[in-house]
This record gives sequence, C-alpha cells and structure tokens, in this order.
Amino acid sequence: MNTFFGMIPSILMIVSPILITAVGGMICEKSGVVNIALEGLMGVGACAAAAAHVLMEAAGVGLPSIWISLAIGALIGVAFSVIHAFASISLNANQTISGTGINLLADGATIFAAQILFSADRTREFRMGMQTDSLGIYPTAYIALVVVVLAWFMLYKLPFGMHLRACGEHPHAADSVGINVKRIRYIAVLISGLLAGLAGGCIVLTQTIQYTSNTINGRGFIALAAVSFGRWRPVGVTFAAFLFGTAQAFAIIANNFPALKALPTEVFNILPYIITLIALVGFSGRNYAPQANGKVYVKGAS
Amino acid sequence: MSHAIEMSGITKTFPGVVANDNITLEVADGEVHALLGENGAGKSTLMSILFGAYTADSGIIRIHGTQVDIKDPNVATELGIGMVHQHFKLVHNYTVTENIVLGMEPRTRFGTVDLKAAEKQVAQLSKLYGLEVDPQARVENITVGAQQRVEILKTLYRNARIIIFDEPTAVLTPQEIDELMQILRRLTAEGKTIVLITHKLKEIKAVADRCTVLRRGKAVGTVEVASVTEQQLAEMMVGRAVQFELEKPATSIGEVVLAVRGLSVADSTGALKVKDFSVEVHRGEIVGIAGVDGNGQTELLYGLTGLSPVLAGTIMLNGVDITHASIRKRIELGLGHIPEDRQKHGLVSEFTISENCVLKDYYKAPYSNRYGLLDHRRMDVDASQLIEQFDIRAGQGSGTTAGSLSGGNQQKTVVAREINLSPSVLLVAQPTRGLDVGAIEYIRRRILDERGKGRAILLVSFELDEIMNLCDRIATISKGTLVGIFKQGEVDEREIGMMMAGSRRQREAQDVEN
Repeated sequence: MNTFFGMIPSILMIVSPILITAVGGMICEKSGVVNIALEGLMGVGACAAAAAHVLMEAAGVGLPSIWISLAIGALIGVAFSVIHAFASISLNANQTISGTGINLLADGATIFAAQILFSADRTREFRMGMQTDSLGIYPTAYIALVVVVLAWFMLYKLPFGMHLRACGEHPHAADSVGINVKRIRYIAVLISGLLAGLAGGCIVLTQTIQYTSNTINGRGFIALAAVSFGRWRPVGVTFAAFLFGTAQAFAIIANNFPALKALPTEVFNILPYIITLIALVGFSGRNYAPQANGKVYVKGAS
Repeated sequence: MSHAIEMSGITKTFPGVVANDNITLEVADGEVHALLGENGAGKSTLMSILFGAYTADSGIIRIHGTQVDIKDPNVATELGIGMVHQHFKLVHNYTVTENIVLGMEPRTRFGTVDLKAAEKQVAQLSKLYGLEVDPQARVENITVGAQQRVEILKTLYRNARIIIFDEPTAVLTPQEIDELMQILRRLTAEGKTIVLITHKLKEIKAVADRCTVLRRGKAVGTVEVASVTEQQLAEMMVGRAVQFELEKPATSIGEVVLAVRGLSVADSTGALKVKDFSVEVHRGEIVGIAGVDGNGQTELLYGLTGLSPVLAGTIMLNGVDITHASIRKRIELGLGHIPEDRQKHGLVSEFTISENCVLKDYYKAPYSNRYGLLDHRRMDVDASQLIEQFDIRAGQGSGTTAGSLSGGNQQKTVVAREINLSPSVLLVAQPTRGLDVGAIEYIRRRILDERGKGRAILLVSFELDEIMNLCDRIATISKGTLVGIFKQGEVDEREIGMMMAGSRRQREAQDVEN
C-alpha cells in the first residue's frame, strides 16, 4: 500500500499532461471538429517550451523562466492549431488529413528548429526543470485540475458552452438561431491547440531534460483515445486520462516491485497502449459522440 | 385591412431556373394565409427570401407597412418573423427549454445560463398558447408532434408576430395534424399572423382564411378559401383538371400469392413490434394496412422483405417458404418493394438514374456479361426507356443523379424500377408521402394498373384517403397486432379510425373477460 501511495506523485506527473490535452480535444470535438493533431501540437509545444527554457536559463532569467516557457509552448500550440482550424473550418477540408498533416509537420518543424537553434536534432539540456511542492507533486497536477474545472464550467454553465455543444450536435440548428458556427469552431480548435501546447511544455519540464522526437511518444493519441473513452464528458475524460496515465506510470515504476522484475520491461512499456486499445474496443460507445463531430459544416445545405 | 407582409415584384433566379418570377404576396394582419403550390413551384424560395436565407434579385418587402431589407435570419427574427422548418432544427440531446432559449439564453448575474428562469418562461409560454411540452424533457425522447411544438415555442420565445410554417404536416400523424390545426387557430386568436406553406388542400380548407397559389414560379392568384372548392384549388395549382377519386376497374381476384401466418418481428432494439400477424394477398387485389405511424408497419415490411429477421411465423410466396430466405432470393422469387423512405431504402442518391434502375438485377444479363463486367450502355438505354415511360423529369436524362431529382421524380424512379422487374407481389409503403397532387395521382394510377395486370399488392399507408381509394380489402394494425380485416365498403372511415386506435381489440378483450 505504501508503494502505491509512493506512486501517486509519478502518476499525477504523467496523467496531468494527458488530461490537459484530452480536455482540449474534448472541447474541440464538442464543437464538431476532430483534432487528431493533438500529438503534433503537444510536440511543438514541448519543443518551444524546452528551447525557451534553455535559452532563458542561459540568459539568467531564473525562476519565472519555467512559467514563461509554458506560456510560449501554449502559444506555439495555438499558432499551429490555426492551420487545422483554417483547413477544416474555412476550407472544409477532411479533418483527419489536416490533422495527420500537422502531426507530420510537427515532427519536421521541431527537429528543424532544434537544428537552427542548437545545431542538433534535439534541444540542449536545461539544468533545472519544474520543481515539486512539499508533497512531491508537480504544479502541472494543479494546472490540470483547474483546466478540467474551467472546461466543465464553460461547457455546461456558460451560454458560450451551450452554443459550442450545439455546434457539435446540430450546426444547422445553431445557425438558425443566430450562432456563428464557424467562429465558435475556430475558438474551440484554438483552445485545443493552447491546451495541447501547454501540456507539451508540462511533459518536457517535468519528465525529461530536453526535447527529442521521442518526448511525446504517442501521448497525444492516448489523450485522443481518452476523449472518446471518457464519452466526451469532463468527468469521464478525467477518469480515462487517469486510467491510461496510470498504466504509463506503472511502466516506469514497475521495477520497484520485486515480484514484477522477472518480466521484461517491454511488457510494461506496451501495457498503456494495450489498455488503451482494449478500453476503446470494449467500452467506447459511438452513441455518445457529438452527432456532427468531424463533419464539414456548409451553411444552408441540410 | 392592414398588411403584416407585403412582398411585391419579387424575382429570384438560380442558375438556369427562375424560382420566383415577379411574385406579389399580401398577407393580412392576423390571418392564416396559405401558400399553395406543387413541389418546385417556388413556395420555399419565396419564404426563404422573407426569412432572410436568400436575397431577392429584385422586389420590395414591407413588414407592417415599413420597407425592410432582410439580409439574414437574424434580421428576420428582429422584425418578429419566425419560421417552423420542415426539418426541425433541434439539438437532440438538449432539453426542450435549452432548445427554445438557445442563442438567447437568460443569464444569471454571474453570466451563467439561468436555466431556472428559462424553464419558467417556457412553461408560461406553453400555457399561454396551449402548446403542451415538458420543459425538462430531452428533445430526443419526445414525439414528433411535441418537437414541432418546441419549434413553435422557439419562434414565440423570440417574440415572433409572423410565423411561417413550412410543410408542417408532412411528418405528423392524423391526430397530430388535428392538434396543429387547433394550435394555428389559437395563435391567430392571440394576434399572430400565420403563413402556411403546403400542398395539402384539405388543410387549407380546414384552417386558412386566404390562399395564394404559385405555379412554376409565378403567382396564379389569391383567393378567399371559403369561396372555392378543393377541386378549384387543385386546378389552380396544377393548371389542369385533377381527378381525386380514381376509377377502379373490377378485376378478377385469383389465387393466394402472398401468405403471411403468425408473423412476429422485433425492431433493432429487440422490442417486439409485430405480433402474430397474418394476412393473405391474392392475385389482382390490393390489400391495405391502415394504422397510425409507429404501430409496427415498418417492422412488418422489414420482416417481409428480409431487412429484419423473422422471430416467429411463416411467409409463403407463390407457395415457396421465404421466411428465412435472403433478400436477393426473395427478389428473385418475385417480391417487389416500394419502400417507405425512398432516400434511405429506395435509391442511392449519389448514383445516376441508370444505376438506380438496375440496383436489383445489375449482376445478371443483360447488365453484366459473362466476365462479370457491367454494361453501362445497356443500362442507359433501358433507363432512358423507363424515364420516358414513367414520365420522370430529369435534367440530364439517365445520367442524372437520383439525389438531384425532386421527391416526385425520385418516387417515380423507384416505382419504375420495381414495376419493371414485374414482381408477383408488390409491397408498397407510403407511396405518395410528401408528393404533390399531380405526382400522387400518377403514382396511384400506376399502382392500380399493376393490380389490373394481376399483381398482388400490399399497401401500407398512414393516409386513410389513400387506403380507402385504392384497396380491395383493408387490414387495420394497432400496436403490432391485426385488429381486423374487411372488404372495401364493409366499414366506413370512422370505424377504421377507431380500429387504428385499437378499440376493436379492447371490446373483444372485454367480451372474453365477460
């Protein structure tokens, strides 16, 4: 039991960025746009945050550097998500293809940026990342909590959230009562870019010392899976992110358990992905998805 | 007489079509004004211009005497014009209240949606106009009639003084239609002005004060409804004399072709929708299934055609047991089907007319050769013949995609295909749903022709008129069970209506108890 409590900080460290990203993905899909670019958006956010932190450390900025870097990561996430918004909302492009494009672009763009800035295929190591509090918990956990609560409040309590969800369910109905569907979808996509970029920064500043092409390692896709496994609802998505995140954390700390040492570590490395797959195959209900999710909205045609 | 709406000299052209040609429409304050015309006559375009969905090429609109420029629906809403769309614009998983206030939500002082206040307002409106709804129910769980009341409340919540109804009865059951007629009267009593877009003459006679008739984009005239007959209205609309009651020649009724015994079918959720249903159809007769929508008619047809598995009972076609036969096998044995929903089960809307005409026999000669390749030339030739024979109006001939046809021409395409396969049994469901008078007359005539050729026809329709008009025998269905089966003339419309509500069954049950 003690070992389990000992795991909690690690679990929170790993769950937080997945949860933050998943909440963004959920908001985006609630408005009717599927954003499979989450992975890539996390990547550009992570790279930007790592690079900014390294450069500011060198310049002697000190403590605020962490927070400024996170903000930069989030803004770069927004910037890249504009591509997805423009393609899928303004140009009515296929959202899967646009998202895949951004994922590929992010891979190239981050390495390219690292080459220019640091003459390597990765960012230089920073000396000190984010620090834990007295409980051993990173601030990212609190950020994630705030993000979930704010998202719930926005979606279910504010008029804006009611409009946003209507756009994802029946955009023609929303349009007919004077709601600007395209504007709302733009905002939703940019929010998902912001959160994914922020989450990328959280990963790089808590779990590693530099950005490499392996930093995100599928967690954007796990977040995407958490959205549908969580049935597009804040509580469900939180639960799903915890399930998938715990599986990931377990892979890292499994060798703390003597009984499990006999198994090769690869078993634990594939565990989170297996659990994700099983969860999706076994439990995901298509019925819960917003009805107009992923469908191009053309005004007037119904 | 002051005018709520004055539209004068409205012209609107789309590429290749003049949808509205110098139309003038004057609607008096507080009246129910019907806009009558066949599909494609320009009714919807004219109202879309009034509601701001389209802008007219030329013409002037005055609302309550003031000239206005309606650029988009928001302007129309501000001017007090509301529209109840034919296809409801409701968010299915929102509550009634949420749907009504969407876009104009009352807010608390913290800026959140004030659902309590909204529910109260909705309850008040609902009481004031006698539009019964449960403010907290989810829209997906309420009946179509209730959904329509939500749409009406939506316009009232936005303070509409003029409400446009676009084909409001197309999706309603006979009882719901009666209710709607009462609602319309109550709305005018409360000072609202109503524009009713329709092609159903009965409704106009029942509820409208005046009627403007459109034909091919032109206004034919405006008449006082009380001073004209349905026949005259129909002639104005179609431009020629129309026959309501079709002559039904006597035919010799032959042997049993379709025999259904003790049939039970469940719907997709597993609920039993058809229970122990038996019926026989002979050569040269039309047997009608009368009933209110949702009483098992759809599942009965699914069971007969093979779209759903049969749980119990047998289906014999020409003496062959087809209870568990595949759909293709049933078709090959001579089962034709004109489905209820032509867009869902009748046609592939992206396919051309030629392709749609061979959906059931494309794999055979002459459309497929022995190497399994399709012969498109042959399909086009045959389809062109059907187009001529069935008077299908298609812009690009056999190459026209089915989705671009009007409803009537889509239905003619389905009918052409099914009749062309010369089946021994023809299952016909709601053949004239949503069609205009001209097309209805045509389709009904074709069905009678098939009867004359000795086909056995099973007709499912929610329109009692249609059943009375066409059928030799009438079976009534209620909650999935057969209530009674009668020869034409043995019972009147009123009695059938009561059986559709299941009353005969109750009386029998009482007899048994006694």
